[in-house]
Amino acid sequence: MSNLMTGAEIVFKVLEDQKVKHIFGYPGGAVLPIYDELKNHKNVKHILVRHEQGAGHAAEGYARSTGKPGVLLVTSGPGATNAVTALTDAYMDSIPLVCIAGQVPTHLIGTDAFQECDTTGITRPCTKHNWLVKDVNQLSNIMHRAFEVATTGRPGPVLVDIPKDIQFKKGKYTKLKELKKNLNNYNTKFNLEINKIEEVIKLIIKSKKPILYTGGGVINSGPKATELLRELVSLTGFPITSTLQGLGAYPGDDHKFLGMLGMHGTYEANNAMHDCDLMINIGARFDDRITGKIDEFSPKSKKIHIDIDPSSINKNVAVDLALVGDVKLVLKQLVLHVKKHVPNFKNSNKHKIASWWNQIEKWRKKNSLGFINSDKIIKPQYAVQRLYELTKAQDTFITTEVGQHQMWAAQHYKFDKPNRWMTSGGLGTMGYGLPAAIGVQVAHPDKLVIDIAGEASVLMTMQEMSTAAQYKLPIKIFILNNQYMGMVRQWQELLHEKNYSESYTAALPDFVKLAEAYGCIGIRAEKPDELDEKIAQMLSVNKPVIFDCVVDKTENCYPMIPSGKPHNQMLLGAKDEEDSISDEGKILV
Amino acid sequence: MNKSAYSFETKKEKIENHIIVVWVDNESGVLARVVGLFSGRGYNIDSLAVGEVDKKKNISRITISTSGTPQVLQQIKLQLGKLIPVHKVADFPRNKKTLVREMALLKVVSSKTQIKRAIKLCKNYKFTILDKTTKSFVLEVSALKKEIDELIKKLQPLGLASVSRTGVVAMTKGYEIYKQH
Repeated sequence: MSNLMTGAEIVFKVLEDQKVKHIFGYPGGAVLPIYDELKNHKNVKHILVRHEQGAGHAAEGYARSTGKPGVLLVTSGPGATNAVTALTDAYMDSIPLVCIAGQVPTHLIGTDAFQECDTTGITRPCTKHNWLVKDVNQLSNIMHRAFEVATTGRPGPVLVDIPKDIQFKKGKYTKLKELKKNLNNYNTKFNLEINKIEEVIKLIIKSKKPILYTGGGVINSGPKATELLRELVSLTGFPITSTLQGLGAYPGDDHKFLGMLGMHGTYEANNAMHDCDLMINIGARFDDRITGKIDEFSPKSKKIHIDIDPSSINKNVAVDLALVGDVKLVLKQLVLHVKKHVPNFKNSNKHKIASWWNQIEKWRKKNSLGFINSDKIIKPQYAVQRLYELTKAQDTFITTEVGQHQMWAAQHYKFDKPNRWMTSGGLGTMGYGLPAAIGVQVAHPDKLVIDIAGEASVLMTMQEMSTAAQYKLPIKIFILNNQYMGMVRQWQELLHEKNYSESYTAALPDFVKLAEAYGCIGIRAEKPDELDEKIAQMLSVNKPVIFDCVVDKTENCYPMIPSGKPHNQMLLGAKDEEDSISDEGKILV
Repeated sequence: MNKSAYSFETKKEKIENHIIVVWVDNESGVLARVVGLFSGRGYNIDSLAVGEVDKKKNISRITISTSGTPQVLQQIKLQLGKLIPVHKVADFPRNKKTLVREMALLKVVSSKTQIKRAIKLCKNYKFTILDKTTKSFVLEVSALKKEIDELIKKLQPLGLASVSRTGVVAMTKGYEIYKQH
């Protein structure tokens, strides 16, 4: 029985076998045995955060930018509850996370012990699965299974709750290989239904007004899916639009790309979605920010839906044809069959979809992302555009917080690679971007990582600047500071008779001094003509930077599908605002 | 005016009743996962019955009587299928091909004459008297849900004191069994 290990040793053995290089965490009473063991495992680097929510978002940023699972380690009670927002965020956006939580010793569970909470109960609805480890001999199985569940199928967060006595106890370690056989066959394969692929080809050939609507599933499926998507577009000549989460799967500056769709999507993307006769949804989920008024969503189209999660099919929008499977496997077949059945399709079909492209160009001429620039005050859109122009030559990773700045970043920053864009879409978590940037920078120490932030969001997790300083992570926090919770202000302006209830932050910190207090660099830009120079200054610093970009306080984010309206009734700018939102629409968010 | 709502329910679809049968690993918390899925996503549970059915494989069978639009019922099945401890999910049609039963224990506490009348009344149902005193009796009845509802209604004026019901269980007729979902 010489090969017995303590629970804490088993935890690290699993991490090593899973090739985990970094974990994000915060110690506490119920995880001390695991922290004690940390010193013996130099190949697993621990990043000490300042709040467990930060650990969770950092792990998310790490996962999104690498395609590998993010790992966080938290203590019982408040440690676990603080991680709940990040777990829920990862659940909504399908990000693989493994959360290891300490728990009070087994014999104290249920006694309301110090720092006890029902962690598996609390996290049950925000994880794919969770486990309370009651037997140290089960620990390695459970942890390997946790990694498998997090990373296969539709990815997502999992949690393993380990009571303190289990961390001390000695038990057997089951190796990954031995274990593989015992695992339930979790369905990740694409059962090729050849008749369905042929059906898709038929619809593709028949269509006069096609559109590809792609989402985060393409990114989650890995780089191969991105390649295949680009090949499919080049084979068909079809226009393509993307959800917020799908940005980067297809080059943002390519002519075939119509920009993002949805509530703040482009005029051409949303109108094309509304008028198309064939919609091919690849790894997106017909989210309510995408569809607008569901009854009038793309009324004339045949809809094909490719998704790894069978429960995404027909959940919000009924589709005509569903292919359940990993995007890259389905696209591989699709590309293969397009080539086989209709060689030279792009040219032979050009004429058929020419008038569709003409229509799209007409919509495009509206220049829906346009804005009236100023030489006195920095317009937030202009700031993002300049940031893009000055960083596009580098391989840049962008994270965001949530709100207007997030939408402006999505609209004006063009991505040409996957895994470069990290944003909280499903849950809409303010405070996501700063810790996420830390996670990205940990995974990519030599790359440029920028959090395009709002001043309200970033204050929610500002404490993580201390983490960035400790590990010398040169993240750049680019704050579009309008002193308002901008999106809240915008809705109040449009829907609540300009009653700006509690959306103005009256006592903001001096962000330059705040940066300096953290031992970082603070830069402020107030005039459009100093913006380029200040951005260049930010980029030249190899330290964490907070960039306080003072922007127009009253700028609204357009275009916008007002509440209760379908895709083809967008607001394009201030002149459209009046009379466009019905009383009925006001109660829709 | 409620401004926090996201959207109106625009279409009123027909509500159907279904019996969903779920085979799960018999482990701690599994029932909470299934029930939590229903409450979290706003699905209905009209009745629920659960018990271990295969000791060797450690499998429990959960029978849920539920109601919803066809779209919701489809979601219920697919969402259940995603739970890790769930092995298979079946949707038993509410028709002649499905056997449906519920068992109830009923206690009547009353006078002698009332008890006599009560027992007489029960003759129309399949029942067993499990316990009898001069002032009371306990009977076991196995029947359709609505039959038990009826019996309860009839026994109420005769001194029905306590009711315990198992929830609906179901099985398909014939030789076919539900294979992997």
